[in-house]
Amino acid sequence: MAEPIIRVTNVSKDFLLPHLRQTTLKGKALNMFRTSRTIEVQQALRDISFDVDRGEFLGVIGRNGSGKSTLLKILAGIYMPTRGSVAVGGKLVPFIELGVGFSPELTGRENVYLNGAMLGFSKGEVEAMYDDIVAFAELEESMDQKLKNYSSGMQVRIAFSVATRAKADILLIDEVLAVGDAAFQRKCFEHFRALKKSDTTIVFVTHDMGAVREFCDRAILIEDCSILAQGSAEEVAGRYTGLFDPQPATAPQVQGRRRGSGAIGYTEVIVPALLGEEGSLTLELEALAEQDVDEPAYGFLIKNSSGAPVLGTNSMLKRQATGSLRKGERISVTWSVPNVFSDGLHHVDLTITDRQGLDVYDHWEEAAAFTVVKDEKTPYIVTPDTSLVVARAGAAEG
Amino acid sequence: MVQPQKRDVKELLARIRIRYRYPLILLRAMVITDFKLRYQASLLGYLWTLLRPLAIFTILYIVFVKFLRLGAGVPYYPVYLLFGIVIWGFFVEATTQGLTSLVARADLLRKISFPRYVLVLSVGASVLISFALNMLVIVFFMALLRVPVRLDVLWLPFLFLELVALSISLAFFLSALYVRFRDLNYIWEVCMQAAFYAVPILYPLTLVPAKYARILVLNPVAQIIQDARYVLVTPQTETISQLYSTPWVRVIPVGITLILVVTSVVYFRRRSRSFAEEA
Repeated sequence: MAEPIIRVTNVSKDFLLPHLRQTTLKGKALNMFRTSRTIEVQQALRDISFDVDRGEFLGVIGRNGSGKSTLLKILAGIYMPTRGSVAVGGKLVPFIELGVGFSPELTGRENVYLNGAMLGFSKGEVEAMYDDIVAFAELEESMDQKLKNYSSGMQVRIAFSVATRAKADILLIDEVLAVGDAAFQRKCFEHFRALKKSDTTIVFVTHDMGAVREFCDRAILIEDCSILAQGSAEEVAGRYTGLFDPQPATAPQVQGRRRGSGAIGYTEVIVPALLGEEGSLTLELEALAEQDVDEPAYGFLIKNSSGAPVLGTNSMLKRQATGSLRKGERISVTWSVPNVFSDGLHHVDLTITDRQGLDVYDHWEEAAAFTVVKDEKTPYIVTPDTSLVVARAGAAEG
Repeated sequence: MVQPQKRDVKELLARIRIRYRYPLILLRAMVITDFKLRYQASLLGYLWTLLRPLAIFTILYIVFVKFLRLGAGVPYYPVYLLFGIVIWGFFVEATTQGLTSLVARADLLRKISFPRYVLVLSVGASVLISFALNMLVIVFFMALLRVPVRLDVLWLPFLFLELVALSISLAFFLSALYVRFRDLNYIWEVCMQAAFYAVPILYPLTLVPAKYARILVLNPVAQIIQDARYVLVTPQTETISQLYSTPWVRVIPVGITLILVVTSVVYFRRRSRSFAEEA
């Protein structure tokens, strides 16, 4: 077994809470004679250990504020660990943010050179790949405009285009990379796929379980400053989704966009993050009965990015018998929907009701989201695969 | 016997080149960006680097030479005055701009890992370029007033080296301290105002009673300004060696500079680990 390319050993990180720290002389002077100085320590990471092997694609997942971005910054050498050590055996390039050092007053061209320098490219090296960078960003015409006149989408494109040139053994990617429109996201994911084929080691921080399942060999789940789970991407992504399970104690869910008596509730929702031109969308759901329920009806509704309902159905409309469930029993529901969706973001609402649709057990608005990427971009609610034939109807005389 | 030594040197050079490649690329990009941005929307652009000291010099010249008649006994007083202002200007710019250099680029500190000293050095390099342009103005006036050039001028590079070492090391120290104490920029501004009068820039040192002049000139900036004027403009400048009747007294201001260099490097290196969190 080869040496791991990154070895993190018992890393902890504490932050001194800034609003309690005295950063002015006045504050220092006033507190100078106080015998017990109260400095509040906020722990961001606690005793983190893991290895990353060469060529591995590691996902780091966790909720907001769990410490995953702090971990990434420690790996990047931006923050120093309070305790423990990090050993990195290769050239590491962090993408904490795209377009580091971008200056709005400079032209696109000047910013390419500047951003290139931040990634370690000399002027000559940037010159050599300048045309490729511009072509990849598809911004040939606007390179001599000031960056402040670019749309945010254009800025991201040029930044990403420079970033793809970085040569590194290890790439640290924060989820910020997954911003931008669907076409740009597809470009990002294509780039990731290419990186995965080459021998680059990638550490990828994200919320997107679809991306974790699709790209990562292994994943780490960080919760409450420490590692909650690590293992195969599939397994860890499941644990992550589990974090959002309704707690049995708090039966009627009123908070947020989920309500219902909780007699039965969805526990797992698997929806692909990205849907290309493929023929269908499959929703894989799992529900757990907290009480005995008789013939519940399972329903779903898909809405587009403007909130308009696109399509939906439920087991009653389909006249599908669902059977009765005992307390503690699990049931899996799989929906297969032809891919008639238009390009863009879609949300899925899920319901479980009684047979009459009166008693709501679980009504989960925007339980999942997926992005559809299609070449044919219509402004309509659906874009099914239509066929179009245009042919000359034979020349008139002659 | 010569062969392996040669290889060692080559290897060492190659290692240095690899180690400082990234800092140098960054430094270059930052200095260029800084110059591009500084005179962005101005009509005269880079010319301001020359026009600004010229304009300030004109005002001071009118006030001090024409009205107050301060430099009556000093030959080539206009150049004498201008040279002092240029050196002082370098010191003030390098330290005040250096002071904020880390905090001003906190965005970079939090996003990428790079040798933190590059930020301070890039400010230093920008100020040094302005200084070089200002020196052209001095040379122009020297030619205009036909100031004779003496062999003493060979000392000038050493004095400039001392000036750069002093200013940049102070910039390192102040920038690292400013990350923690945000009052420092105001304090430093006041200090610079006071020091402007404590350093013999406008007035010839001969106007000050010898008792006080001896104290003033122990300040490295005062020593550098007087020595530089002596070697470049006129030997009638009162320098530290005349005041103490021995050239060896320079050990004190040069020693202060060296102590500052060492202290600053040590302090900056120790503190640089936590700049990303605190800046």
